[in-house]
Amino acid sequence: MKKTVIFGALTAAGLAAGAASAATLDDVKARGTLNCGVSTGLVGFSAPDANGEWSGFDVAVCRAVAAAVLGDPMAVEFVPTTGKTRFTALASGEIDMLARNTTWTFTRDVDLKFEFTGVNYYDGQGFMVPKALGVSSAKELEGARVCIQTGTTTELNLADYFRKNNMDYEPVPIETNAEAQQNYLNGACDVYTTDSSGLAATRAAFEAPGDHVILPEIISKEPLGPLVRHGDNEWGDVVRWTLNALIAAEELGVTSANIDELTSGTDSPEVNRLLGTEGNLGSMMGLESDWAVNAIKAGGNYGELFEKNIGENTPIGLSRGLNAQWTEGGLLYSPPFR
Amino acid sequence: MTTLSDPPSESFQLSQLINDTRYRSYTFQFIALLLLIAAIAYLGSNLATNLREAGLNISWGFLGDSSNYDINMTLIEYDSQSTHLRAAIVGVLNTLLVSFLACLTATIIGVAAGVLRLSNNWLIARLMSAYVEAFRNVPVLIWILIIYTIMTAVLPTARNYLGEDPESDLILGMFAFTNRGVYIPKPVFTPLGWVVFAIFVASVIGVFAYRRYATKLLYDTGKLLPMGWPSLVILIVPAVVFYFLLGMPISLDRPDPLANRFNLQGGVSILGSLIALWFALAIYTGAFIAENVRAGILSVSKGQTEAAAALGLRPNRIMNMVILPQALRVIIPPLISHYLNITKNSSLAIAVGYMDLTGTLGGITLNQTGRAIECILLLMLFYLTISLSISAVMNVYNNAIKLKER
Amino acid sequence: MSDMHEHSVAYVRDSMLEQQPAPVTETGLVKWTRTNLFSTIPNTILTLVALYALIWLIWSVFPWFANGVWDASSIRDCREMLQGQTGGCFAVLAERWNQLLFGFQYPSELYWRPALAFILLFVAIAPVLFFQYLPSKMLVFTALYPFLAYFLIWGGSILAPIFAMVGLAAGYLVYQRFVAKSFAMGFFGGVIVALVALWILTSIPVDGILAMQQVESRQIGGFMLNLILGTVCVSLSIPIGIALALGRQSSLPIIKWICVVFIEFIRGVPLITLLFVANVVLAYFLPPGSNFDLIIRVIIMITAFASAYIAEVIRGGLAALPRGQYEAADSLGLDYAQAMRLIILPQALKISIPGIVNVAVGLFKDTTLVSIISMFDLVGMIRGPILASTEWNGVYWELWAFAAALFFVVCFGISKYSQWLERQLTTDHR
Repeated sequence: MKKTVIFGALTAAGLAAGAASAATLDDVKARGTLNCGVSTGLVGFSAPDANGEWSGFDVAVCRAVAAAVLGDPMAVEFVPTTGKTRFTALASGEIDMLARNTTWTFTRDVDLKFEFTGVNYYDGQGFMVPKALGVSSAKELEGARVCIQTGTTTELNLADYFRKNNMDYEPVPIETNAEAQQNYLNGACDVYTTDSSGLAATRAAFEAPGDHVILPEIISKEPLGPLVRHGDNEWGDVVRWTLNALIAAEELGVTSANIDELTSGTDSPEVNRLLGTEGNLGSMMGLESDWAVNAIKAGGNYGELFEKNIGENTPIGLSRGLNAQWTEGGLLYSPPFR
Repeated sequence: MTTLSDPPSESFQLSQLINDTRYRSYTFQFIALLLLIAAIAYLGSNLATNLREAGLNISWGFLGDSSNYDINMTLIEYDSQSTHLRAAIVGVLNTLLVSFLACLTATIIGVAAGVLRLSNNWLIARLMSAYVEAFRNVPVLIWILIIYTIMTAVLPTARNYLGEDPESDLILGMFAFTNRGVYIPKPVFTPLGWVVFAIFVASVIGVFAYRRYATKLLYDTGKLLPMGWPSLVILIVPAVVFYFLLGMPISLDRPDPLANRFNLQGGVSILGSLIALWFALAIYTGAFIAENVRAGILSVSKGQTEAAAALGLRPNRIMNMVILPQALRVIIPPLISHYLNITKNSSLAIAVGYMDLTGTLGGITLNQTGRAIECILLLMLFYLTISLSISAVMNVYNNAIKLKER
Repeated sequence: MSDMHEHSVAYVRDSMLEQQPAPVTETGLVKWTRTNLFSTIPNTILTLVALYALIWLIWSVFPWFANGVWDASSIRDCREMLQGQTGGCFAVLAERWNQLLFGFQYPSELYWRPALAFILLFVAIAPVLFFQYLPSKMLVFTALYPFLAYFLIWGGSILAPIFAMVGLAAGYLVYQRFVAKSFAMGFFGGVIVALVALWILTSIPVDGILAMQQVESRQIGGFMLNLILGTVCVSLSIPIGIALALGRQSSLPIIKWICVVFIEFIRGVPLITLLFVANVVLAYFLPPGSNFDLIIRVIIMITAFASAYIAEVIRGGLAALPRGQYEAADSLGLDYAQAMRLIILPQALKISIPGIVNVAVGLFKDTTLVSIISMFDLVGMIRGPILASTEWNGVYWELWAFAAALFFVVCFGISKYSQWLERQLTTDHR
């Protein structure tokens, strides 16, 4: 079903074939690369480095899926999307999955016809202000000028929050994180609001991160996760269980360091099932039996990815908080592999 | 000499559809129509299939839902509980506002630069050429971003003006230029204040009436009434007199540095994004208008100037009464198309976060509802309506000023 | 009288005076200054104001240039080196030079390919621009260039562009063969043969045969993207624009109205809405299962946009031709296609050249709008990855000045060329 149409020399190979049809998994396999929608640049989650190499927490999810499906974590085409373009890109089949700090909401799931395949980061909307202003609570923001990234749920939460607390404010809608950051640093806004992970990531890129505080109030629930199109459940399963495999791997103590050792056989049946040495979970999804091994090897288990990209030892310095395993008081809870 | 006999009355043959010029045009049109219908049907069926596969539909219901977002510049009443439709109307008004301001400013800049470029002052003429070339040859988006950078990165922060002991004082106690925008005082009208305002409006009408009368008198009798100072008197004196007679009913609401810890409160704040867009469009388009004005003036033949001079007219009268009326015929049609360009280019507001129609309907509403097809269709429809109405006005004008040739 | 004169006048000059130089105020620099700068009081004021502004401008910009730092790794380094003095931090240009020109995803070891394509562009375009001076044989290279440039920039198998070329060549041969008989037959026959040939040839798998490393469209960025969009869209839109203009002037009402509606629609909406269409809507109108790159969708929309404007320019050219030309062509017994091809279009296009160049310059400038739909052209690179990076957050003026300068050089060059060409082409005698 792969047919390349040529409209003349120039367009010849500019055409990428096949997508929007139901069998995304087959298309990805046939194409040999995964088209993954990411944000245009948010340090720690998805940002290109000076060589154009993408890295970050969301990027790692894409790489894990590519590794699970194709066996090669580098077989990903990253498609930068903005708040405006992300949903159309997914709906029209330009990308196979979207991993771009996208909040799981009712309307996106039901009305826009997308399927959220899990949550890779539990977030909430926060505020960042310069220390010099001496603000210690979001309740003191009466009359402030607030920079927001447009096209996100933060815009709506903000309106709700200020309305609920009967405060005035002046929204400054901005298209990209980069420009919001400049406006905030110039003092064109008093406050920058976005998901608190995003705030931490943004602050990490500042020259003097210590001059800015993140206010204690978290005004919304923002479960961020990868999503796919409605109606292609096989593909949804692949993405969902790849994410679950990363989470379960951490819970079961499978890391990129010991995975080779564990693959040769362990006493734990669940680890064996996860790693494909027992049962045939992989082939049920239409993947190789070592799909999860590849996914975990791509960058490590959930905990490793977290530490490497946004953890406390990185400039972004997020603590696990809600994103700890359920065994440690967090919300991460992978359904069993059986 | 052979006479041409009547063509044999042959019956219609199929090959005539190709070879006979009388029928060929029908063939071609039929094919074109068929292709058009096929193309539309093809696109339509693709759309239907794609929407069905994605489980989406086209519906306009979202326009009636509450928008849930705030807009920082609204010319009409609006809050986050208003509908998406109202947000779109706010956007339309903002588009019209910035287009109007930019058209006005661009005309002033363009006419000044165009006339000065023909000045016999070498330095000025060169400078104006440099201005025209520099601005015409760099994308307007870059100019918008540069001026926006000036507005946000160069101007002092608003915090400098705040507090008991501010770093900078308000200019004249009422103006502030900050990186958030320009703050100016707002006139506050009591009911009597509106009376003064009405009187001022009446004086403006009076000025026009007087000038009309003076012109008529000049043409009828040759008597020349003074124009300048009586106009000024009619314009100012009644309003000022009544202003004081009624006990100064108009007060100024000045920006207040103490009311809020974040911002100047009160007065009117003109957003930095509005100013950036306004001036960038004005200066950029002004460069094009300058070229038109120059071309228009050069199109009036030198003989006209000389004839006017021979009649003893003074240079500024030559310009006003002989050159410009003739040059306008050449200047106005492209001028209007530049106005159209300004309106269309104002959609670049999205680059600086000014909430015009592209920012509300084509921006936040589209993002929040995901109704891309509907939003973009409405967006295009709006710009199309504006363009077509301006074109219609232009056609009427063009017909009106067409040289009546005999 | 003369007697009286001899006696009553005490002194009579009997030798000619040496010719004096004109007063200093009436010659040379002084006179020039007086007439050109200080002729009247308002002029003097204007001059002084302008001089003041000019000096102020130079005074404030010069140290910025002179103290510029060209070698630093971040804006903080720059500030340290400048130690509070005014000075530009041009190091950002030095460090990000490649990103500004090629985008941040183009493989850096392949930069020579687009660079070579850019240099060859001049060779290819020269015979078109300076057709009076260069042998028309060079046009062969111009015809080959699109395929070569495609191969250089995108890479992949060399067979793909060669096949495309073969297909088009087949179409051209058919056109050549039949055009003498009937233009319509030649034209449509050529198009059909080309399409069929392309259809057959593209079904041959070529992957990996004589291939260079392939580069994806979305890896293309920077000023290269502006140049690609500009050249591709302008060259595609000229033939379409001609067709639309002829259609609009045509006497066939249906064709005329199709063209009118298309042109007026496109001219009535801003380019940015068309780019939104390319970005978020067009995908819905394409056949399910096929998927165009964003860059292709953008090229489609910008080409449609440019075609409408070029059509209007050419329509102006057609309308400006004296009626007699049309009648003369008719009276020679030429049919419509012949009349257009041999008589009308060559003249109309000549009249339209300045207008077409204007549209081309405008279009090239408008390619920066793609930065709004998250493509990383020159402006997109500056607004996105560079200004957002920790190292260069806050280096505005150097970057914007660089971008403005690049565009200025290209656009100013093109408009100067168009003025020169206009003078070259003037054949009437004034």
